[in-house]
Amino acid sequence: MADIALTPPRRPFVARYPSVIIFIGLLALFTIGVTVLSEGFGIGVISTSFVKTLGKTLCLCLVALAMDLVWGYCGILSLGHMAFFGIGGYAIGMWLMYARTEIIVRDSLAAAPLPPTPQEISDGIAGQIFGVVGASEFPPIWAVAHSLPLQLAAVVLVPGLIALVFGWLAFRSRVTGVYLSILTQAMTLALALYLFQNDSGLRGNNGLSGLQNLPGLGHVPQSTLSVIFLWASALALGLGYLLCAWVVSGKFGSVIRAIRDDEARVRFLGYSVEAYKLFIFTFTAILAGIAGALYYPQAGIINPAELAPIASIYLAVWVAIGGRGRLYGAVIGAAFVSLLSTWFTGGQAPDINLGVYTVQWVDWWTILLGLSFVAVTLFAPRGIGGLFDLISDRRSPDRHGADLGPGTGALQEKEAEK
Amino acid sequence: MLCFVRHVILCSVLCFSAAVPAVAQDIGAPIQTLLQTHGEVIKQSSRRTIGPAIDALAASGLDDAKTVLERWQNKEMWFEAETGVFVFAAAAEGGMLRLFDVAGGVEIGVTEKRPYKQLKPNSGIRGLISAALVQFQLNDPDPSERAKALTAIERDADASHLAALRGAIDGETVPELKAKKQRLERLLTIRFSDDDADRITAIQSFAGDLGVDVRAALNPLVATRLDVADTLPENAMPVEVGTEDLSRARAYALLVDKELAAAQTDPATLRDTLIANIDAGTVAGVQVASLDTDDARMAAYAALAAQGLAAPLVTEADVTAALEAFQFFEVFTGAPVSVAQAAQRALSDIETRVALNQTADLALDALSLASIYFLAAIGLAITFGVMGVINMAHGEFIMMGAYTGYVVQLFVPDYTLSILLAIPLAFAVTFSAGVAMERLVIRWLYHRPLETLLATFGVSIALQQLAKNIFGTQARPLTAPGWLDGSLIINDIVSISYIRIAIFVLALLFLALFLFVMKRTRLGLEVRAVTQNPRMAASMGINPDRINMLTFGFGSGIAGIAGVAIGLYAKVTSEMGTDYIVQSFMTVVVGGVGNIWGTLLGATLVGTLQKGIEWMNPSNTLAAQTYMILFIILFIQFRPRGIIALKGRAAEA
Repeated sequence: MADIALTPPRRPFVARYPSVIIFIGLLALFTIGVTVLSEGFGIGVISTSFVKTLGKTLCLCLVALAMDLVWGYCGILSLGHMAFFGIGGYAIGMWLMYARTEIIVRDSLAAAPLPPTPQEISDGIAGQIFGVVGASEFPPIWAVAHSLPLQLAAVVLVPGLIALVFGWLAFRSRVTGVYLSILTQAMTLALALYLFQNDSGLRGNNGLSGLQNLPGLGHVPQSTLSVIFLWASALALGLGYLLCAWVVSGKFGSVIRAIRDDEARVRFLGYSVEAYKLFIFTFTAILAGIAGALYYPQAGIINPAELAPIASIYLAVWVAIGGRGRLYGAVIGAAFVSLLSTWFTGGQAPDINLGVYTVQWVDWWTILLGLSFVAVTLFAPRGIGGLFDLISDRRSPDRHGADLGPGTGALQEKEAEK
Repeated sequence: MLCFVRHVILCSVLCFSAAVPAVAQDIGAPIQTLLQTHGEVIKQSSRRTIGPAIDALAASGLDDAKTVLERWQNKEMWFEAETGVFVFAAAAEGGMLRLFDVAGGVEIGVTEKRPYKQLKPNSGIRGLISAALVQFQLNDPDPSERAKALTAIERDADASHLAALRGAIDGETVPELKAKKQRLERLLTIRFSDDDADRITAIQSFAGDLGVDVRAALNPLVATRLDVADTLPENAMPVEVGTEDLSRARAYALLVDKELAAAQTDPATLRDTLIANIDAGTVAGVQVASLDTDDARMAAYAALAAQGLAAPLVTEADVTAALEAFQFFEVFTGAPVSVAQAAQRALSDIETRVALNQTADLALDALSLASIYFLAAIGLAITFGVMGVINMAHGEFIMMGAYTGYVVQLFVPDYTLSILLAIPLAFAVTFSAGVAMERLVIRWLYHRPLETLLATFGVSIALQQLAKNIFGTQARPLTAPGWLDGSLIINDIVSISYIRIAIFVLALLFLALFLFVMKRTRLGLEVRAVTQNPRMAASMGINPDRINMLTFGFGSGIAGIAGVAIGLYAKVTSEMGTDYIVQSFMTVVVGGVGNIWGTLLGATLVGTLQKGIEWMNPSNTLAAQTYMILFIILFIQFRPRGIIALKGRAAEA
C-alpha cells in the first residue's frame, strides 16, 4: 500500500483535479456568505436554527463523501456507514453529557457544608445521567468519558476498529456484492438493537441529550456557537474532500476503481484486494465517525433510532441521486436531498389540492423520494452529477462492448454485452 | 358460660313459642337444637366468630345440615326476633313471608314479616359456608356436583377438607373422579396431615410429577429461615457468606438486626455526623476544606468517636471480623426436618423433569419461530435463491398480504371465511405487485445486483409510506378464527398454541408446494432452465422474460400468503416488513442460496438460536437479536456459501 503514496505525481495535484479547487472555493464562499448573513456574526438574515441546519447538512455531505468513496469508487455498497456516523456522535456525546453534568453536580455540591469527595461527585453525575434508565452507576463503557482527548480519540478509534474487524472478517471470507450489503445491514441492525436496550450503558432509547450545550461555554449564545460549528463542519468537509480526492488520485485510486470494475482481475494481477478494500472501508468509517461527532452537537440529541438501517439506506439514496463515482456528486446529492427533505417534512412545502384529495407533503414526500430513487437508478445512473458531464462534454472511457459508464461501472464486461 | 347461654335461649324459646301464630314447627328437632346451641354467634354474623357454628353444622351428620347451610348461604334463613327460632322463609304475596321448618323443610304457613329477621351472611361467611358444604358435595349423587366440589377444594384447600375427602374416596364410583380425589387427598395430606410418616409417603408418591399443584404444595414445606449463631445447631444447613446465596451486606444486616454487631458507618451517616459537628470551620480539629476525600473524612470521624461525640467507626475490616466470628445457617420453617428433606428430594426430582420438559417446550417454541422465519423467507428463496434477484421490498410484500387480510376482515365478518378468502386474495394482490415490479423495475436491472438492491429499496420505502398513509401508524388487528384459539396442552409445562401449529403446517405445505412447482411442473422446469442459462433456454423455445416475470410473481405471491399467516400471529403495521427482511435474508444466506432445503435448515438454525439465546437471557429479547445477528456474521465467515452450498455448474449459474 505504501508504494502508492510515494508515487510522484505527474502534474501538480490541483492541476489534475480542477474540481477540487472549485469545490473548496465554493465551500469557502458559502461559509463566508452564511457567516455574514447569520445572527451571531452578521446581519441576521438567516436564523440560528437554519444555520444549524446548514451546518448539519455539511456534516451529512462529509459522510456522503465517505459513502461515495467506499461505494462509488470501491464498489462496496455499505449499509453501515450511518452506524459509524452515529458511533462518532455517541462518542462525543458522552463527553458533552458527562462534562456538562459534572459542572451542574459540582455547583450543587459546592453549597454543601463539606467539600465533596470524588466518589460523591461521580455518584452525583451517574445519578443524573442514568436516572432515566433506573441505574445509578457508571457502566464500564463510560470509563474515559471525563476526558475530552480520550473521547475524541474514541470518535476515530471506535468506528475505525469496528470497521477494521468487521471488514477483515467479511473481506477475508470473500463476501462481496449484495451479500456484503446485507451483512453490513445486519451489523447496523445489531448495533441499533444493542443500543436500544436500557442496559447497554448508553441510556437505551432515551439516547444522549442536551448536546448543544457545550460545557464551560454556557455564556456563549447558540447563535455564535452555531456559526462556529458551521466553520468546523465546513473545515472538516473541505479537508475531507481534499483527502478523498488525494486518495482516489494516482495509482491507489486506479487500483480501487479497478477493484470496483473487476475484483478478480485485480487479484490476479497480484494486488492484495482485501487490504485495499479494508483500508477504504476503515478510512471511510473514520470519516463518517468524525462527521457524526460534528453533527450531533448541532442536532442536540442522539438516540439509537439514528443508527437504524434505514438511515444508511438514505445515505445510499443521497449518493445515488447526487451521482456516485464522483466526489462532488455525493456532496451535491446529500445537500440537495437532505435540504429538500427538511423543506418537505418541515411542513413548509405547499399542499397540492387535487379536489378529491389533498396531497400533504409530510405524508407523501417519502413516497416521492422512494420513487425518484427508483427513477434515478433506472434512467439516470449518473445522478445529478451527470448534468456536469453535459457541460464538460465528458465521455466515459471507450471499453469493449456496450457503454459501461459510471453507473454501470461495477459490471463485468460479459454482463454488459446485452 | 356456654351452657348458661344455651339454657337462656332454650327457656326463651319455650316461653315465647306460644306467641307465634300458626306455628307447627318442631322446635325440638335435632337441627333446630343444634342451631339454637350456636344461635348467638349465628345471629351475630361475624366472620371471626362464626367458625365453630359452621363446623358444628358440618360435623353434625344431620340430613338437614346441608339444606340449612345452603339456604343460609342464599340468605333464605330467618329467625324470629323474640324466640330466636330459626326458619326458612321466602317472600310471599302482599309483603308476607312464607315460612318453612328448618327440619325437613315443611311449610309452616304465611305470616307477617315484622317479627322475623333475615340472616344476611357477608361474603366472608358465605365463603366459610361453601367450604363447609364441600363435604356434602363430595358425596353428592350428581357426579358434576362432585367434580365442582373437587375444583373448589383445589382452589382453596383447608385442613378440614382432608377428613371429608378421605371419607369420600371409597364411595366414589366414577373412576376419573376417584383418581382425582385420591390425588387431592395426597396433596392435602402433604399440606395438612399431622402424621409425618403419612406426609412423607404422600410426598414420595409424587416423585417426578409435573403438576403445578404438587410444586405449590411442596414449596412451602422447604421454606427456610436464615439465622446466625456462634455455633452450628443441629439440623441446620450452613451458608457461606459472600456467595450468591448470602451477600456480605445481607449477612451483616442480620447481625445488626440481632444486635450482635453495630451498624457499619455508611458514607451518608459519616457525612451527616461530620456536618453536625462543624465547629468554627473545623471538625475535631480538622479544617472542613480538607475533608474532600473519604480517608480524611474517616480520620475526622475517628477523632470525633474518640472524643465520644459519635458512635464508634465501624470499618470494612470490622465487618469482615464480625462476619467471620459467626456461623450463618438456614433452618427449615415450613415443616419438620424429615418432611422438609423428603419434600426437597421430591422437588429436586421434579426440577429435573421440569427442566427436561422445558427443553421440549423450548424446542417447540423454536420450531414455531423457525416456521415463521421459513414462511417469511420462502418467497425470498424463490426470488433471491432461484432467480438471484435481490428484492428489498420483500418485507413490504409480506406487509401487503397482511393488510389484504385486514381489509378482507373489514368486509367479511366471519373469521374462518375471511381467512379462507384472504389467502388467495393476498396471493393475487402480491402476485400482481410482484409482476408489476418485475416488469417496471427489475427487468431493466438484471445482472446489476447492487442497483436492483437500491431500486427495490426505493420501492420498499415508498410502499411502506403508502401503507402508513392509507392505514395509519397504529397496529391493525388480523383476528384468527375461533377454532385456532387456545393451545394444545401436553402437560403443565409443554404447550403450543394452535396458531403456531397452523403456521407450522402452512410452512410444510409451502415447502411441498415449492418442491412440487419446481420439480414436477412445466413452469418449474422452465424456471430452472432460465436461471441456469437464459440464452440456451430461449433457444429451446422458452420465453425467459415471461418465465422471470411469473417466477418473481410466484415468489411475491407466497410472501403475501406468509403475510396473512404472520399477521395472525403478530401485529399488522406498516413497518412489519422491516422486522422480517433482515432475518429472511439471513435465513436464505445461512441456509445456502438456491436450495430450498438450505432455507429450511437456515430457518431452523436461526429460530433455534434466537430461542436459545432468549432462554439464556429471558428479560432481553433485543440482546437476543443482537447476539443472533453477530453469530450469523461469524457463521458466514466459516461457511460463506451457507449450510448447503451448491456445487458444480449450478453454483456458477
